[in-house]
Amino acid sequence: MSKKVGKKLLEINDLLIEADIEGEWKPIINSLSMTLERGEIIGLIGESGAGKSTFGLTALGYTKPGCRIVSGSIKLDGVELVGKSDAELRKIRGNRVAYVAQSAAASFNPAHTLAEQFTESPVQHGKMKMSEARKRSVEMFRLLDMPDPENIGERYPHQVSGGQLQRAMTAMALGSDPDIIIFDEPTTALDVTTQIEVLGAIKEAVKARNVAAIYISHDLAVVAQMADRMMVLRYGDLIEEGNAREMLANPKQEYTQKLLNVRSQRVGRTGLDEEDIQLNVENITARYPGTNIDVLTNVNVNVVKGKTVAVVGESGSGKSTLARVITGLLPPSQGSVKFHGRELTPALKTRPKKDLQSIQMIYQMADVAMNPRQKIKDIIGRPLEFYLGITGKQHDDRVLDLLRKIELPEDYAERYPLQLSGGEKQRVCIARALAAEPELIICDEVTSALDQLVAEGILDLLLNLQKELDVSYLFITHDLATVKAIADEIVVMYQGGVVEQGAKADILAPPYAPYTELLLSSVPEMDPDWLDNLVEKRQRGELPTSESLGQS
Amino acid sequence: MKNILIDIVLQRLVIGIFILFGVSILITLGVEALAGDVCSAILGQAAEPATVAACQAKLGLNDPMHVRYGNWLVNAIQGDFGTSLANNREVSEQIGKRLGNTLYLALTTAMFAVPIGILLGVIAALYRNSAIDHIISTTTLTTISSPEFFLAYILMAIFAVKLGWLPAISNVSPSMGFLERLQASALPVATLALITVAHMMRMTRASIVSLLASPYIEMAKLKGLTPGRIIIKHALPNAWSPIIQVVVLNLAYMVVGVVVIEVVFVYPGLGALIVDAVLNRDLPVIQATAMVFAAAYVLLFILADMLSMLANPRLRHRR
Repeated sequence: MSKKVGKKLLEINDLLIEADIEGEWKPIINSLSMTLERGEIIGLIGESGAGKSTFGLTALGYTKPGCRIVSGSIKLDGVELVGKSDAELRKIRGNRVAYVAQSAAASFNPAHTLAEQFTESPVQHGKMKMSEARKRSVEMFRLLDMPDPENIGERYPHQVSGGQLQRAMTAMALGSDPDIIIFDEPTTALDVTTQIEVLGAIKEAVKARNVAAIYISHDLAVVAQMADRMMVLRYGDLIEEGNAREMLANPKQEYTQKLLNVRSQRVGRTGLDEEDIQLNVENITARYPGTNIDVLTNVNVNVVKGKTVAVVGESGSGKSTLARVITGLLPPSQGSVKFHGRELTPALKTRPKKDLQSIQMIYQMADVAMNPRQKIKDIIGRPLEFYLGITGKQHDDRVLDLLRKIELPEDYAERYPLQLSGGEKQRVCIARALAAEPELIICDEVTSALDQLVAEGILDLLLNLQKELDVSYLFITHDLATVKAIADEIVVMYQGGVVEQGAKADILAPPYAPYTELLLSSVPEMDPDWLDNLVEKRQRGELPTSESLGQS
Repeated sequence: MKNILIDIVLQRLVIGIFILFGVSILITLGVEALAGDVCSAILGQAAEPATVAACQAKLGLNDPMHVRYGNWLVNAIQGDFGTSLANNREVSEQIGKRLGNTLYLALTTAMFAVPIGILLGVIAALYRNSAIDHIISTTTLTTISSPEFFLAYILMAIFAVKLGWLPAISNVSPSMGFLERLQASALPVATLALITVAHMMRMTRASIVSLLASPYIEMAKLKGLTPGRIIIKHALPNAWSPIIQVVVLNLAYMVVGVVVIEVVFVYPGLGALIVDAVLNRDLPVIQATAMVFAAAYVLLFILADMLSMLANPRLRHRR
């Protein structure tokens, strides 16, 4: 590799990419340009559909199936990639430019061990012999702070945790000593506490090897920790580009400002009326049939009428299981669920219709929670008939009324779910829950699959509906920003138990319970020095870490 | 892993016994539903009614069906499948010889058909939507869609009648050497292979292609691997499960589905035996042959489940 002075490592000019959308070629990247120096990290930020992954992947000379490069140039060390044959591009991919995918769990081949997959690039590209590549894998696993680096390579992907897999994928990308690594949302699928650790490891490894990187993320705060420079993209256009610190301190475009302000905190309502307890979950212990591990142990949660209780915790903390117990999908092995002081039958099948009606649920994946072959009016209208027996003209009026409530136009009644955007689909799911006129709605990660700004809209809608209808929410989420935005009360769950429960102001202010503090301190902040400071503080023992809590 | 495997095998074996039991009842009912019995079949239509009645009494055909079935069942459980009503020979001895011939046919076919089927599937997946893929797909579709006797006669017309390379009648005997036997059975083997290769090729292609949208395949592309390596090293190992199922289904077909082919080529296998037995209303032979066929199915599918489990790294290497 000749390191020519004065030449940029990567230079993309006026790149136009089109995608085949329902048989028509439409532009998804509009004449974007980018330069990257050796050792520099550039952040690509945007919501879904911004084209950030598509753009980032072009550094490999790659476009996803159904996309094509129409014009423009991509120069790697002065060599043009556009128009190169597949065979020539293969020499670059995984060799000079490497890729780290969003979901390591899906992007590692389940049939081969980590070491087999690590050694593939360097050996196939003729850079190393197998034995050298093995040695290198141990070195890289160690660089990324993986446990037992000598032997972890012998494991299969399913034998390693999500955070470890993401580290292994970064290690794999470093395997053939590339000039550039493309990180495509590498920590988005991880829990906050795991995300921090992986981010820290990635940042260190990238610095240690002095590789250049393109860091793609929807999360401005995460990118802020990694990037020297940032590009904000929207619908394939460049909104703003500049030095990371400057942009955070002084965003020029309105859209960037909006993205920056997403995490602002709302004031929780105080003065809970203790007499009006609507739901008590008392000493619930539950396990899934056929297993002998308690997923919930001795859980107590109260929901006050008209208020929002946020249940927060990482994956595996038991928060969704709690929802299943309350709705009767999973009868508990001990404990009871009381609604207005009256005990509900443990199993869904034996509950009277009235009880079913008063507790409704909204799910994370609006896509799969709706029948794709039913029109919106039928989806919203079904609970009206089933619970309330409303039919005919009155039924149609109610449907339109509900559409107005969720701020969608009336003509959406005739549409199918496929014709709606993600946020609109979630709104329809909210309308369906409201149609039953429930007293309590369980919201299971309802904004997790949505873009930040869309999620904001959904949260606003939920809050407005609560004011109007006095409905209570049990809001399950892993995202503390959402909790801050919507909760009156917070329940913190960890490994199947409740760590802490109380008013938002109390939980989110010191003194913290150790696990709550770990969670809170792990939420990325819009401060470029935040990650470095946090790592330092944790090393000095001023803040808890997952190890200090005895987590694996 | 081992324990699960043993559990599953035992469970399937128990189910298999119930299946065999059910099949034996169905066969009895089926033979009962046929017009005529072994006596009228052997003695011919011109036989005196008195002769026929004497024959029926001698063979115990006048007992009610459930009594006859009960007797058969008791003996069968003890391993005694009785004697043929038509020629008074031991059923097990008769079947033993024929089973060997049928298994020989099946194994020889499998030896060619399985590797060829999978290889063609991999090639079609690798060059999907190209001319090679279209040629392979069209050819196999043609052979699947044609009736097996039709394929058999076409092969016979070409290789036995026109070219005279191979015998039209596949008469194998224990005294034959390997090559001689192979030549004698070449046409039935080829016919069976044509049909089964098609199934296996199509399933292999489909299972590989369905995996090509997986993130780990995209990852493999982005690692700069060649298309051949991506298909063989990254897609195929994850496609084994459905391929194994269809391979085994075809192995079962090679044992059980050969009836027509054995008859066409007058091959002395189980298929030809059961056809003769049905013509003669020879219940013990039909019953025993059907048991062998059913057992072949049960055992092969237990094998398929075991292999599928072994092919899954999640089950092979526990957390």
